[in-house]
Amino acid sequence: MKRMLLSSVAGLATLLSVASVQAQTEIQWWHAMGGNLGEAVNALADQFNKEQSAYKVNAVFKGSYTETLTAAIAAFRAKQNPHIVQVFEVGTASMMAAKGAVYPVHQLMADTKEPFDPKSFIGPVYGYYSTTDGKLLSMPFNSSTPVFYRNKEMMKKAGLDPEKAPATWPELADMAKKVVASGAKCGFTSQWQTWALIENFGALHDLPFATKANGFGGIDIELKINSPGHVKHIQALFDMTKDKSFVYGGREGKSTALFTAGDCAFHIASSATASAIDKALGQGNVGISMMPYWPDIKAKPQNSIIGGATLWVLQGKPQAEYAGVAKFFSFLSRPDIQAKWHQETGYVPITVAATSVTEKAGFYQKNPGRDIAVKQLELNPPTENSKGLRIGNFVQIRDVMDEELEAVWAGQKTAKVALDDAVKRGNDLLKRFEAANK
Amino acid sequence: MEKRVTFDEKTLPYLLVLPQIVITLVFFFWPSAQMIWQSMLLEDAFGGNTRFVWFENFAHLFQDPAYYRSAAITAVFSGAVAVLGLALSLLLAVMADRVIKGATAYKAFLVWPYAVAPAVVGVLWGFLFNPSVGIVAWALRNLFGYEFNYVLNGGQALVLVVFAAVWSQISYNFLFFLAGLQSIPRSLIEAAAIDGAGPGRRFWTIIFPLLSPTGFFLLVVNVIYAFFGTFGVVDALTKGGPAKATEILVFKVYNDGFRGQDLGGSAAQSAILMAIVILLTVVQFRFIERKVHY
Amino acid sequence: MVENRPWLTAFSHLVVILGVLIIAFPVWMTFVASTHDASTMLRSPVPLLPGPYLIQNYKEILFQGYARTSGIPLTIALMNSMIMALGICIGKILISITAAFAIVYFRFPFRMAAFWAIFVTLMLPVEVRIVPTYGVVAGLGMINSYSGLIIPLIASATATFLFRQFFLSVPDELAEASRVDGAGPMRFFVDILLPMSRTTIAALFVIQFIYGWNQYLWPLLVTNHESFYTAVMVVARQATAVDATPSWNLIMAAAMLAMLPPVLVVVFMQRQFVRGLVETEK
Repeated sequence: MKRMLLSSVAGLATLLSVASVQAQTEIQWWHAMGGNLGEAVNALADQFNKEQSAYKVNAVFKGSYTETLTAAIAAFRAKQNPHIVQVFEVGTASMMAAKGAVYPVHQLMADTKEPFDPKSFIGPVYGYYSTTDGKLLSMPFNSSTPVFYRNKEMMKKAGLDPEKAPATWPELADMAKKVVASGAKCGFTSQWQTWALIENFGALHDLPFATKANGFGGIDIELKINSPGHVKHIQALFDMTKDKSFVYGGREGKSTALFTAGDCAFHIASSATASAIDKALGQGNVGISMMPYWPDIKAKPQNSIIGGATLWVLQGKPQAEYAGVAKFFSFLSRPDIQAKWHQETGYVPITVAATSVTEKAGFYQKNPGRDIAVKQLELNPPTENSKGLRIGNFVQIRDVMDEELEAVWAGQKTAKVALDDAVKRGNDLLKRFEAANK
Repeated sequence: MEKRVTFDEKTLPYLLVLPQIVITLVFFFWPSAQMIWQSMLLEDAFGGNTRFVWFENFAHLFQDPAYYRSAAITAVFSGAVAVLGLALSLLLAVMADRVIKGATAYKAFLVWPYAVAPAVVGVLWGFLFNPSVGIVAWALRNLFGYEFNYVLNGGQALVLVVFAAVWSQISYNFLFFLAGLQSIPRSLIEAAAIDGAGPGRRFWTIIFPLLSPTGFFLLVVNVIYAFFGTFGVVDALTKGGPAKATEILVFKVYNDGFRGQDLGGSAAQSAILMAIVILLTVVQFRFIERKVHY
Repeated sequence: MVENRPWLTAFSHLVVILGVLIIAFPVWMTFVASTHDASTMLRSPVPLLPGPYLIQNYKEILFQGYARTSGIPLTIALMNSMIMALGICIGKILISITAAFAIVYFRFPFRMAAFWAIFVTLMLPVEVRIVPTYGVVAGLGMINSYSGLIIPLIASATATFLFRQFFLSVPDELAEASRVDGAGPMRFFVDILLPMSRTTIAALFVIQFIYGWNQYLWPLLVTNHESFYTAVMVVARQATAVDATPSWNLIMAAAMLAMLPPVLVVVFMQRQFVRGLVETEK
């Protein structure tokens, strides 16, 4: 009797679980967020799954950005792809060129009749991932922009006013010198040098990165990063390396260790690094402000551009399931969800409404400086030089720029020669991309 | 070498060899054939835009200075890993062979690294040499005044990857050398000692020649390991950087194919690597076959 | 020892101890790092001796930290690693020993072709031909299954080769005698060859267990559910911290746990391991 009861319970449970599987459509979402960010991603999926019962989003960590993209490519070619995949921003042009593979977000929203208002997005966040005529291609997810961090204690030690951040590069150069004179190992260092010191430098000073509106207008483009402004900027940075006012700390986010260890007093880094920096140095000791600019190149800074990753929708699933993807995207752009994501992770919210929710909750008062990123992005309406970048083979082009900049820091090349070489090598890569995507 | 005594069965041998052959055909030959086909295509990574270009990818590769640079790095890297790995493990094995007390305990420690996954090896070494918190980097800076920063310095990065790769392989070599040493007849060494040969002389005139078959076998194994087995170490430690200073060929295949989304170029590189593997296999096989007749 | 030279013995000990220290150092530091809190591991210089957070860190990685990020406890990941490692290991040994038996003890058409077909698979890592291999596995419907994790990795030239070498060293008289007795080849295989191959099997068990346990990219690609995660993937996931400083203490705790089973296998089986490899060598 007991056994019978048990088996019927088990049978019922099986039946129920089968029923719930049938009723729920599973949406596969592959992402590259490890560590604590992975927890935040899972929390998003859980909340969506709890709020409604028609769809179940399954968030799967697929390794680093490269590994995630590898998995998605292999899966797509074998028709086993997920609905949604997270791709880093430098992959944008390649994803766009992949005809028949991606389902543009604006089209997805229109096909599924999901309400969608482009105006609610923050300009440079929306612009980076949309076509020239303003149609969104992929869903902004984790976006950040470089901001300026300062170590107040080290500034005090050097006799500087810790509450006064340098607004321009000449001011920064001056302060860095004083910090080094007070015994610090280094004045200033930057994360992601190509992103911060070339790409965002260009946007902030309204200088083009490439022809045809930074590649938004077509794929037959050429790089423009050897302009007199660029050369002056890089040469000035090289001059700062001589007395350690500027120290190069490695590619990507590696230089942050120099700042968190108290070697450098100033740091340009992704706004998303804020919580890690606060944790390492103590919140009261860190000041956040906008990136410095050159007043003689542009009187007032334009606006910065973003980096990070977006969610691309891949083709090849039954049309009915895409309704769930659209619902999930609406969920993701809701102000309360965005505000939570923004506060927990330090990424910029994708909608303006999310900033005001965060503001009202008193988050910026408790965490001063966390609103700088959005303010810097919204400084001015984006021009064609500050909307974003649409560059083919961008991963390799960044490698080229990294190599050439490293040659400058090592004193092997002048800024002019290095940037000219970067343009030449970059243009070769652009030609190959053009040939593969005709 | 062949067996003189064999069994006469018509179907049985096919049944016995079938599982291995089927798996090899399905999971090795078929994908490899597709890869060779891929190497003659120019297409975007998702396969939407495909053009057949014959050997253009190969031509492009052979005109690319970066490819030769990667090949040169691979040669230096493999040479260093093989020579260093063999020399160190031989030294340890010879010394361990001499000690009797505590030999088991020593061995237990010396075989550890073999069990550690390449991806984990990269994480461990990256932690030890991390420019800001790594204890070894710290010691080099503060005790010896030497600035070690593999994140910036390509030469140092290559040295670090070599050491991590050697560390990971040293136990394997050590075990083989030790076993080889222990199988050398004691009488030979005693006879030499009676003739008045000191330990150094005995090593070079008797032990070393007798160990050379083991040594050569390990050399081949180590070269193959350095060529292909080190993918995980490089991936976890340097990702081929800085400035491609540690981009060995096998890593370049992966990096160009997926980070750079150039599947055609990547497949062409794979095809070349596969030819190298086949060549190495034949060489190894020929050698071992010959050795059996000693 | 042939003669007694105390200084030489002392020197030998010294060299070996030095070697042990250098070789064990990374592992020791891993352990040390796993016993401190996160902020200690971000300040240079990091301590050389264990700290007080051992239990807390391991508890977090085993029951909370990892469970929070992925929804499944590390114990399941360790179980997956075990299934995958044992599956690959046993599968490889089975198909290799029969293939080697066929190649050594029979004469049949295409024997050499089969032999070479197996051999060229020797070393090319799966990473460099991953897209087509994935395509084949997906076409067979093996994504998200243990068979997809295991079967594509069980073709093994190394194992076939070692068995072949060993069989060649087996005296011909044994096969002769068994033929005279009228025993069939399978009888000979099971009753005589298998028991003799014990040490070779043990050696291969160690090699292949470690090979299987340490796979990373392949399991990452062929499974889309976190319930298939392996222990090595957990370490990598902890270390893949975008836009954040790594929690070295937790990464290292996960690394310790992930390396423990293969280390135990090697340490406990090293005697058979060496003997198996060396016997086949001759």
